[in-house]
Amino acid sequence: MSEKKFKIPVPEINEETQHFWDATAEGKLLIKKCADCNEYHYYPRTICPFCMSDNTEWIQSTGKGTVYTYSVMRRSPVQYCIAYVTLEEGITMMTNLIDIDLDEIKIGMDVQVAFVDTGEGCALPYFTAA
Amino acid sequence: MSIRGKAYIAGIYEYPKREAADKSLAQLHGMFAKGALEDAGLTYSDVDAYYCAGDAPGLGGISMAEYMGLKLQHIDSTETGGSSYVAHIGHAAAAIAAGKCNVALITLAGKPKSTIKKGGLAMRGFGRGAPEAGFENVWGPSVVNMYGMAAMRHMHQYGTTSEQLAWIKVAASHHAQHNENAQLQNVVTVEDVLNSPMISEPLHRLDCCVITDGGGAMVVVSPEIAKTLDRQCVKVLGHGEAPKHLDGGRVDLTYTGAVWSGEKAFKEAKVKHEDIKYMSIYDSFTITVLETIEDLGFCEKGQGGKYVADGNLISGVGKIPFNTDGGGLCSNHPANRGGMTKVLEAVRQIRHEAHPKVQVADCDIALAHGTGGSIGTRMGSATVILGREDS
Ligand SMILES: [Zn+2]
Repeated sequence: MSEKKFKIPVPEINEETQHFWDATAEGKLLIKKCADCNEYHYYPRTICPFCMSDNTEWIQSTGKGTVYTYSVMRRSPVQYCIAYVTLEEGITMMTNLIDIDLDEIKIGMDVQVAFVDTGEGCALPYFTAA
Repeated sequence: MSIRGKAYIAGIYEYPKREAADKSLAQLHGMFAKGALEDAGLTYSDVDAYYCAGDAPGLGGISMAEYMGLKLQHIDSTETGGSSYVAHIGHAAAAIAAGKCNVALITLAGKPKSTIKKGGLAMRGFGRGAPEAGFENVWGPSVVNMYGMAAMRHMHQYGTTSEQLAWIKVAASHHAQHNENAQLQNVVTVEDVLNSPMISEPLHRLDCCVITDGGGAMVVVSPEIAKTLDRQCVKVLGHGEAPKHLDGGRVDLTYTGAVWSGEKAFKEAKVKHEDIKYMSIYDSFTITVLETIEDLGFCEKGQGGKYVADGNLISGVGKIPFNTDGGGLCSNHPANRGGMTKVLEAVRQIRHEAHPKVQVADCDIALAHGTGGSIGTRMGSATVILGREDS
């Protein structure tokens, strides 16, 4: 399954998340890091949810991680896998696993980001087997 | 400060039907309010506080106050999904204890069964403008795959099995066979659950709750009002509530907000787990029950699978029966919000008005727990502990 069989959705973007989505068009997965408490967080916010500092910085993630959990939707015209992936930086994000045998997915498996263009100026950070 | 003994549930009502295509939403709220007030021996004119959540039409309860002709001095539209109505009891008790009101009406109504598109699974619609919307809605989140991810992780981390989850449905079905209003009245086996179609791994169709129209209502009153009523009133002993969310990306789907709401409720009620004779546990899915029972402290974290297996939740068989009306898994999950019906069956148990086949002997103290939102992302958890007058 190398080609996607369902329509690529376009994310809802706002003033605070525009930079994140602009970077996806260049194949970059940005996450936020707090310069005061040094903690990463996701989804990105202006103010650190751990220490309330507004001294947060955009950092490019390695895009590598492991599957924290997943669920394959079987009752759908196109079966798909929703998942949470824990990035090397330690934070966990929701995504879909693509270009992968849906019967072979395991918790803990190594994955890496695989951007798919939405055609609307940004790309979605899917993940696939590393 | 505590709400222990400061408020009583004086009246309840559950719509007996599971389909309500011929009624308006406001009409249903009004009918259920009337039902609960009549059960208490009160009328619209006695009500001085009204509580509703996002299922009520109009502006936060004001529209419904107008529809019912209520003159109010307190109003609360706390929206924490299916757990709202459990939280409302705590809020009403606190308001009564503070002298803000004396007779609080709580209603729930909805018609998802008659409005859902046949064959389509309702996608969980995260509201536009929610801060998480852009980072979740693109991944095809549905109600089932969100709970599926929680179940998958719990299985991985603690060795929980599909057979163990199935026992929760089996227990609910044993109770539902005695409820003539239940949507599903047939007793099912573990094999029936495992052989039902896979919806989103690892959850089968029979791991899911029913979709029903309808709802219900409750009336919470001050001790002074309770004394004047002929109907047996059920004492509010304790309440706790807490949201749980993804915590900035420190995701852990193996527990729920019940770890906090339960602890608070037990502490306020001044009761121990062994004092609880009956428990209504929110059961949108089998995994919801399993995690909640662990989080409320009825067993160690990770041991929920062993706890629920072999009929331990069945009335007359296990240690503490759960959801003796058949719960959301078999009987009723009106408006996709099961918190109200959890409290209603707990009240019936304490009044000794549950079906004789499932009535717990000498049920003096009961617990009801609600979960709203999704255990796969963010949820509102609420717990109440209720008791007889002598408890
Ligand atoms: Zn910080």
